[in-house]
Amino acid sequence: MFVKNFFRGGTTVPHSKNTAGCETVKMGVPEKVTIPMLQHIGAPCEPCVKKGDTVRVGQIIGNSNKYISSPIHSSVSGTVTDVAPMLYAGGVYVTSVEIKTDGNQEVYEGIKPPNFSNSNEFISVIRESGLVGLGGAGFPAHVKLSPPPGIKIDTLIINAAECEPYITSDYREIIENSWNVISGINIIMEVLEIDNVLIGIEDNKPEAIKEMTRVAATNDKINVIKLKSRYPQGAEKMLIYATTGRKVPPGKLPADVGVIVMNVNSVSFISEYTKTGMPLIKKRVTVDGPSVKRPSNVEALIGTPVSEVFNFCGGFGIVPKKILMGGPMMGIAQFTLNTPVLKHTNALLAFDETSAVLPQEQACIRCGRCVKACPMNLLPLYLNNNSLKEEIEELNKYHVMDCIECGSCSYVCPAKINLVQSIRLGKAQVKQAAAKGGK
Amino acid sequence: MENSFVVSSSPHIRDNANTRRIMLDVIIALLPASLAGVFFFGPRTLLVILVSILTCVLSEYFSRRLMKRSNTISDLSAVVTGLLLALNLPPTAPLWMVAIGAVVAVVVIKQLFGGLGQNFINPALGARVFLFISYAGHMTNWAIPGVDEVSSATPLALLKAEDTASIVFPSYKDLFLGNVGGCIGEVSAAALLLGGIYLVARRVIGPQIPLAYIGTLGLFTWVFGGSVLFNGDFLYHILSGGLILGAIYMATDYATSPMTIKGQIIMAIGCGLLTGIIRLFTNYPEGVSFAILIMNIMVPLIDRYTVPKSFGGGKAVE
Repeated sequence: MFVKNFFRGGTTVPHSKNTAGCETVKMGVPEKVTIPMLQHIGAPCEPCVKKGDTVRVGQIIGNSNKYISSPIHSSVSGTVTDVAPMLYAGGVYVTSVEIKTDGNQEVYEGIKPPNFSNSNEFISVIRESGLVGLGGAGFPAHVKLSPPPGIKIDTLIINAAECEPYITSDYREIIENSWNVISGINIIMEVLEIDNVLIGIEDNKPEAIKEMTRVAATNDKINVIKLKSRYPQGAEKMLIYATTGRKVPPGKLPADVGVIVMNVNSVSFISEYTKTGMPLIKKRVTVDGPSVKRPSNVEALIGTPVSEVFNFCGGFGIVPKKILMGGPMMGIAQFTLNTPVLKHTNALLAFDETSAVLPQEQACIRCGRCVKACPMNLLPLYLNNNSLKEEIEELNKYHVMDCIECGSCSYVCPAKINLVQSIRLGKAQVKQAAAKGGK
Repeated sequence: MENSFVVSSSPHIRDNANTRRIMLDVIIALLPASLAGVFFFGPRTLLVILVSILTCVLSEYFSRRLMKRSNTISDLSAVVTGLLLALNLPPTAPLWMVAIGAVVAVVVIKQLFGGLGQNFINPALGARVFLFISYAGHMTNWAIPGVDEVSSATPLALLKAEDTASIVFPSYKDLFLGNVGGCIGEVSAAALLLGGIYLVARRVIGPQIPLAYIGTLGLFTWVFGGSVLFNGDFLYHILSGGLILGAIYMATDYATSPMTIKGQIIMAIGCGLLTGIIRLFTNYPEGVSFAILIMNIMVPLIDRYTVPKSFGGGKAVE
């Protein structure tokens, strides 16, 4: 079979997979969890518990009647102590349920293995599980798994590229639970009648390729694709191109070219869920960075304060100056350690002073490295200029909305210009202008 | 500790490439050609190079200070401009003229238009043309390599002579190694190519501009350069004059070349055609400077019309 194994553009980033050998350690139940009602792309949930209520593990505490949304479950048993808006890193207030745990972890009585006999039932079961894309974006899984009418999905792509530095969450899933991955894949293949599965793994993870190839040998419809280690190989559009040669047109979805992309942790969860019926209440998180004393892979309950996860890893050796949720290329800087672990949190990184402070911007020398690095074929320097000048028309001419914000341009810029940062601003300007009724 | 976290938008890491290192690579790449110039034209050449670099750096420092802008001499771009300007001057250039050229390059062409990356034409070439027009005599006083240093015509000027039959043209070997008259930096094609290979290997430049430029000129002079069509001495044209210096070091100038590979090839073909037209059909023996400057001015236009399609903007399945 012909595969590309790589895409145009991108960049080489340091791998820093220090935790690759760290077996997942289960963290205990924290004294208190904070569970926000928005942990996915889409509509936020309405809390369905109130202060003083007793909740159990796996109980729904928030739901929405909107299609693009995902229910939120309690990860602990205990008492709701507060339901109130809380400020998160994006600068938005999200209603959050605070639960004081009782430490018994009593399971909610409704938890039982789900029944489904056709794809519609399967998709509603997936919705009930609260599964969102575990690769980091958090797109509701049931939406991904229901292609628009009239579209035939012929290929399921499993994203195990894990191109971000530091993160080994997907890698550990393959090493520790490869059979779960395969059984999750088999369920999706059967229910959605897909005959071709491609598992994309970057070639800097030979152990994962070996293990996945070994277990995939049981089914000749599942193939492991060794991808070139190049950032952003794990970006959906790049991965689809590298594994199938298909290009998702701007503004279209993977389904439009006949594919569904699922993270390796997501398919593994589907397998677990069909066996136990326990919704998404925990997540493996890579804890690393120069400030962390004991870099580890930790399985934490959703809602656990970030500070407790760091403490579980020995605390900080060097005073941290920057806390990231996610990888260093696309992760979100946190302003407080009180923020909780979310459904799609795959890494918590703590950077010390030297790695936290970024270099000063200098004059653009028009070297074109950002253009070469852009996997979407954009001209980041012109997008930057037009964002700074708020030239909405020009921004559209240079396809600003097609930017996937991977950060390759900013990473390679020798003048250290904050390109993707100002392109984000440009996208916001375009959206604002469109909302105002302009074109 | 709670309130002391740095919050910034991703990405949170940066590559260690920087402007200074790029400029240093260009300087390293120009060393063989500079040494060849000193070797063929004698030690005074070194003085021309030093005066040019020093004046450029001082001009950058004082002009930015006067304009209340930050001091940028540490990015080494002024050194590159100074070196390139010197390589574009005849070895006999009077030092006062060299200094004037350097001030024009850095102050007028570069800093007045906004500094590094903002100039719309190549500073060294712009200054060279300024000197060429202002001091034509000094700018065409070519020294022949060797002890005698007799003034003589350049290989390209020989082609324009009235009676070409009686002239002994330099051999390809002399042209390649540099044993001919001309500007300091343009005599040795071998030294220039060596630096060019270094720049491509270090990924400072791509090979597309030099190849398209030299290829176009070769083709053009082969077709139109002879007494009949398709009979021109293209190798003589490629190895003579400022072509290789211009194609590798001047046309590839970041600030004044297009952003996309497609745009760069369009610009390079334009440079090749213009150089050929000037060399074959005008009174000027050499056309590299004018060709590149004209194409420099076209760059915003080329960029405007070569905005690429976004990924997936073409056919959905390849």
